[in-house]
Amino acid sequence: MQDLDAIVKDALAVFAGIHDADELEQIKARYLGKTGVLTEQLKGLGKLPAAERPAMGARINAAKVALEQSLGTRREYLQNVKLEAKLKEESLDVTLPGRGSALGGLHPVSRTLERVEQIFHSMGFEVADGPEIETDFYNFTALNQPENHPARSMHDTFYLEGGKHLLRTHTSPIQVRYMETHKPPIRIIAPGRVYRVDSDATHSPMFHQVEGLWIDERISFANLKGVVTEFFRLFFERGDLQVRFRPSFFPFTEPSAEIDMSFGDGWLEIGGCGMVHPRVLKNVNINSEQFQGFAFGMGLDRLTMLRYGVNDLRLFFENDLRFLRQFR
Amino acid sequence: MKFSENWLRSFVDSSLSTHELADLLTFGGIEIESVAPVAPPFENVVVGEVLSMEKHPNADKLNVCQVSVAGSANEVPLTIVCGAPNVRPGMRVPAALVGAKLPGIEIKAAKVRGVESSGMLCSAKELGLSDAADGLLVLPADAVIGANVRDALSLDDRVFDSKPTPNRGDCLSMRGLAREVAALSAGAVKGVDVSVVPAAHGEKPMITLAAPNACPRYCGRLIKGINVKAPTPDWMVQRLARGGIRAISAVVDVTNYVMLELGQPMHAFDAARIEGGIRVRFAAPGEKLTLLNDETRELGESFLVIADDRKALALAGIMGGAASAVNDATRDIVLESAYFDPAVIAGKSRELGFGSDSSFRFERGVDFAALRDAMERATRLVLDICGGSAGPITEAMAELPRREPISLRMSRIERVLGVAVSRAQAAAIFSRLGFTHVETEDGFRVTPPSYRFDIAIEEDLIEEVARVHGYGQIPAKCPVVASSSLPAPENSRSAFAIRRLLAARDYQEVVTYSFVDRAWELDFCDNRVAIALANPIASQMAVMRSSLFGGLVNTVAYNLNHKHSRVRVFEVGRCFVPGPDGTVQPWRVGGAACGHAVEDQWGAQPARQVDFYDVKADIEALFQPNRLTFEAAAHPALHPGKSARLKLAGKPVGWIGELHPKWQQKYDLPVAPVLFEASLEDVANRALPAFQPTSKFPPVSRDLALIFDENTTYQAIFDAVNAQKPALVTEFVVFDIYRGAGVENGKKSLAFRMLVQDTDKTLTDAEVDSAVSEIIKILRNQFNAKLR
Repeated sequence: MQDLDAIVKDALAVFAGIHDADELEQIKARYLGKTGVLTEQLKGLGKLPAAERPAMGARINAAKVALEQSLGTRREYLQNVKLEAKLKEESLDVTLPGRGSALGGLHPVSRTLERVEQIFHSMGFEVADGPEIETDFYNFTALNQPENHPARSMHDTFYLEGGKHLLRTHTSPIQVRYMETHKPPIRIIAPGRVYRVDSDATHSPMFHQVEGLWIDERISFANLKGVVTEFFRLFFERGDLQVRFRPSFFPFTEPSAEIDMSFGDGWLEIGGCGMVHPRVLKNVNINSEQFQGFAFGMGLDRLTMLRYGVNDLRLFFENDLRFLRQFR
Repeated sequence: MKFSENWLRSFVDSSLSTHELADLLTFGGIEIESVAPVAPPFENVVVGEVLSMEKHPNADKLNVCQVSVAGSANEVPLTIVCGAPNVRPGMRVPAALVGAKLPGIEIKAAKVRGVESSGMLCSAKELGLSDAADGLLVLPADAVIGANVRDALSLDDRVFDSKPTPNRGDCLSMRGLAREVAALSAGAVKGVDVSVVPAAHGEKPMITLAAPNACPRYCGRLIKGINVKAPTPDWMVQRLARGGIRAISAVVDVTNYVMLELGQPMHAFDAARIEGGIRVRFAAPGEKLTLLNDETRELGESFLVIADDRKALALAGIMGGAASAVNDATRDIVLESAYFDPAVIAGKSRELGFGSDSSFRFERGVDFAALRDAMERATRLVLDICGGSAGPITEAMAELPRREPISLRMSRIERVLGVAVSRAQAAAIFSRLGFTHVETEDGFRVTPPSYRFDIAIEEDLIEEVARVHGYGQIPAKCPVVASSSLPAPENSRSAFAIRRLLAARDYQEVVTYSFVDRAWELDFCDNRVAIALANPIASQMAVMRSSLFGGLVNTVAYNLNHKHSRVRVFEVGRCFVPGPDGTVQPWRVGGAACGHAVEDQWGAQPARQVDFYDVKADIEALFQPNRLTFEAAAHPALHPGKSARLKLAGKPVGWIGELHPKWQQKYDLPVAPVLFEASLEDVANRALPAFQPTSKFPPVSRDLALIFDENTTYQAIFDAVNAQKPALVTEFVVFDIYRGAGVENGKKSLAFRMLVQDTDKTLTDAEVDSAVSEIIKILRNQFNAKLR
């Protein structure tokens, strides 16, 4: 049947010329609809001799499949073209800024304290807290600094009117209070605000300290060196950081040391430390023959300055957003 | 303490370089904070004598000088043109020779206005010895002509600045530092001549120790017929100057010199002003004394004085009196070398408002065994410089401090330091330190010397061992301990979690001072009994804050002034609240927000100012999962119509509100920030989540709008509904508020959305309708609300 091939050929050419999906469906009816060309062919099958019918039937079906396949391909093609046009139309300037709420941030000294707490926590230190308005006893006397001791002049103290209270000059009173209420082994850090009568580019009347205390039966000066060195290496993330200990004096430790550190070019004074003085232990009823240990202290503001390269301590308390936002 | 390196070196043999010497001391515990050369490098500058001078033919202000720079008889003097106003024949001055290198210039032979000049006469400034000079540096008349000026003025020296710790009063002198250097480097101390000066006459002062505990030893000596106006030798002036002490007069300079040299503060009285004998006693009540600094003080009974039979002469160990001071007319002097108990001197400088080099040493402890050394040394120097004749020393002595032997266990050294030290090492260290020691079964019995006031217990000895052995020799070892775990309570959040939450809601953390302006406490807290500092550094830092509001408002103002139009800040810190049982010091978290509700951005709703409800949402988020209630209440800092007390289960836990307009005006803010403050503990606490089964059946959502009186609060509606609603109503929230057309004046329409749901079955329409009617009934009965 010549005309069957011609029909298919003609149909494929027609489909290829159609660019609209709806039109394609209408054209489909012309061939495959109730009165479509191929449908008519099928209807005419009955008129053929029985012996020819199967072969003819198969040919018509093959033609139908060919048309449907072609239709499907064309349909998909037209859909793709349409989708592509739509996508093209919808494309964004992805470089425009995002919308919504912005983020604030932590104060740089808080960032430092959080890290310090994390590092010491990983070494098994708990965080202790205590009052900032203190008594002379907890700030000085219990720490082996009786009244008029020349060492008191190392700290220029803010006193409150009435004379009974003062602003703590270090966070050591927290340690005393903790030791009064806890039995060894004791492993704490004591962070917080401290106050001294001092104000210039490197001193603020209010600043932040963190002190540490580890009391047990055999905690030694070598252990102090180990823990402090480990802390600085972790904090600054520098395995090559050097830490050295210089003999010094604090009334509440014996032996005492200044802590210096170096990134390789010159030494920076970074804190003080020592073995807790037996008299301090005695003041809190800890038997210094059985228990001993170390204490250390350092400035959080100074750690922050070194960590982030801040060059003026006063920036921490000016609260200029242009400064603070750099630490988000 | 500043001191000359060369002076120290004259006391101790040491081959160490300057740098090594400074390090030795620093790592021994005497921190050397700085080392400064006394002169910059220069060379080829010699002592010259101006032989003659004549006016320069071509320049009014210049002179042509003939200068001897060799001092030999057949020398041909140099011709040097000089513009200095003070140049005079006979003067000895620094002469820079041709080829000399001075700071910044090199001297060449040159013609100055047509006259050949072969060098330059120098001022102190040109040699880099001072910042300014108004003429040539005049050298001593006995300076050797031709000598190198660096030698003549001992300029190859450095000033060390040490930072002595309060326990080491013994290191406040050359002798003490030399002992330390010797101990640390196993060297030897060189002595200074302290041999007895034979008495040239028999007169001696009477001395009575009326307070023998406070002053257990006192030496006095009368030196007669001195020339009080004799000039102090240059070498002494120079050493004093390098020690930071200005020369005054020969006698005073000698006492200061001996103090720096041997560590013994000394005093000289004009003998003519002493009536009768010397009496060391405590001041009488109300007794007054005019001191050398011209201050007249009424002394308390805790002040020790040096008195004569009638009156106080000097404040013992602190400062001499004006009336008995050595002056131009003085002929005879009484020298004092005494020991005062540190406890008697300690604290006095703070009480007086001034201290002295003397009190600084006495309160730290002066060697009570070395009084005579100092007296002999000072006597010899006075006689050498001022002439006169010395009498015998009078010494009054009571009971001196004792140095008790201290037991040291070798095992204890190892336990404290974490490293073993051998007996031989320990013994060697004690020998080097001059500590008497005997071996015992388990260690040593050690007796410290009289000049060490800081060695009282075993740990003090262990520190000495560690220090001399070297802290660097002790290994760094992290402790090996049984593993243990730390508690991690889930019902409390850390302050950092709270900080992060606020930061995530666009607040920047700040740190403001705990001490604030008194006005802030009055304005923002109505606090009339603020806790005040006795010694504030500034009036705006005078009282302790009882609220975070002051610092927050100040921070907002600061940043608005710095061109930020949108400021959102928070602080976590303690406040200090006076109470009946003393001050309480609660931790608080507070914040302030002003400017646009969100950062300006494209394509958003029209920008609007942040308001009460925006900040309220932040606080509600902060307290989640706990649910706050807000109770309209007045606070001194806040707008009375836009402020609320925060309550958690009925307990007040903080405040929120807009800054009061009067403070906005007073503190000059272009907009009023919304402030909040809450107890940190209450923010941190939170219950553990408790599981409730969720319904498998879909909820039905219904909206309804009712009209209420304007003064009906949402909280009242919410509470009434929650108290009485049928169990099927699982959620009831307001989603719109409307006033205007269709709603009569004085009324408002609230639109609610409710969810109705059963855990057991799907609800029928009838059941849902019945639940809704129930809610309407509640609102109608309770608030006279009408369906819209």
